[in-house]
Amino acid sequence: MISIENVAKTFTLHTQGGVVLPVMAGASLQVAKGECVALTGVSGSGKSTLMRMIHGNYLAASGSIRIGKTEIVGAEPRTLLALRRDTLGYVSQFLRVVPRVATRDVVAEPLRVLGVPAEQALARAEAMLSRLNIPERLWSLSPTTFSGGEQQRVNIARGFIHAYPAMLLDEPTASLDATNRAVVLDLIHEAKARGAAIIGIFHDVEARRAVADREVDVTGFTVGLAA
Amino acid sequence: MTPLLQVANLTKRYGARIGCQDVSFDLWPGEVLGIVGESGSGKSTLLSCLAGHLKPDLGAITYDSRLGARDVLAMSEAERRLLGRTDWAYVHQNPRDGLRMGVSAGGNVGERLMAVGARHYGQIRTQALDWLGRVEIAADRVDDRPSAFSGGMQQRLQIARNLVTGPRLVFMDEPTGGLDVSVQARLLDLLRGLVREMGLSVIIVTHDLAVVRLLADRLMVMKNGRVIESGLTDQVLDDPQAPYTQLLVSSVLQV
Repeated sequence: MISIENVAKTFTLHTQGGVVLPVMAGASLQVAKGECVALTGVSGSGKSTLMRMIHGNYLAASGSIRIGKTEIVGAEPRTLLALRRDTLGYVSQFLRVVPRVATRDVVAEPLRVLGVPAEQALARAEAMLSRLNIPERLWSLSPTTFSGGEQQRVNIARGFIHAYPAMLLDEPTASLDATNRAVVLDLIHEAKARGAAIIGIFHDVEARRAVADREVDVTGFTVGLAA
Repeated sequence: MTPLLQVANLTKRYGARIGCQDVSFDLWPGEVLGIVGESGSGKSTLLSCLAGHLKPDLGAITYDSRLGARDVLAMSEAERRLLGRTDWAYVHQNPRDGLRMGVSAGGNVGERLMAVGARHYGQIRTQALDWLGRVEIAADRVDDRPSAFSGGMQQRLQIARNLVTGPRLVFMDEPTGGLDVSVQARLLDLLRGLVREMGLSVIIVTHDLAVVRLLADRLMVMKNGRVIESGLTDQVLDDPQAPYTQLLVSSVLQV
């Protein structure tokens, strides 16, 4: 479902004297339907960089990244937008929302964009929020004032509200207590069971062991770090 | 699907000075395009040319109207004005430029309906009230003049006036400029909802990168009248390629 072949990434820092930093080369990875692959490697080895190239907010310098049949490297913005709308889900570590928008609307939004009627989308958002133990009294408030763990769960609710065939998870269990971590692991298991291809970064070793089918050490793709 | 608006090599000079040069892009139905750049980069000139307020020196603009593809620059003035009242809308930075300050709020909204042929007073008033509600202006303010409104309310009224006729393409010039941040957030939320519900295509000019991150699907960055970089909004902001875009993104103050 997700196919990465020989991907390289370079940063050119024009504001810092035009320094060119090659950060990744020869990254290759295949993820089948229903499979979860964990990216490992020390801080700075490029786990997030690789995830962002798959999500399309970082431009790959060369190589090929395909989600299903869609090629991402060199794709038109509208191709990527459509892909993100219905195929590729992303749970980032940070929640970025319009201030003042109620939590239930934030979570329902991916469904609304897909054309699900408001009532139905909100009902599913509320079910997801209760599953993640966000108290009902918070649903009508904006998540911008929530605690770190609550924001993380809102992010997860939003990321899992639609059954994306491919998903990217960046530290989905960070800053969660045991109960909520178990809920998130269940969500990941369910996604795998319905055939989602998942790439994740899990610093939490137990969580990684619980959901990942295999691990890929990105250090092998890192320029200057590869053995 | 065909693009709603196709722009090719659009150039506007002010004497020897460049307004905008060689701008080409396609805008697709339901897409929000942000145009960013510093003051004087040509973004407002470009928007005025696109909306037919300025005549470009070179280039072509094709609009996929309900009656088929139209060459915007070859249209008669009457035809372009009709388009400006029906399919297109223009939200000015200063609401005073887009509103009639001596006419009541309801009148401001109703006037646009009358311009496209609505004549039944009761229906016009009902529709005006409905739109005032959608932009969160209380019904008991319908007979007040915009001069009695706050800046944020005036801007919301301008949006209601523009959207009441169900346009397909909306031009916005710094719609949140000059408003305090809490009002900006409210307006952004409102705009996002309307874009989604009405399937609007929007071209929004702003210098506020936080606004485009939340509102725009994709971005064009302008400098000295030219488009120097374009792409998906989060890609341009997270992994900018052009030297100027890197400078622009790294200059934003973190809150």
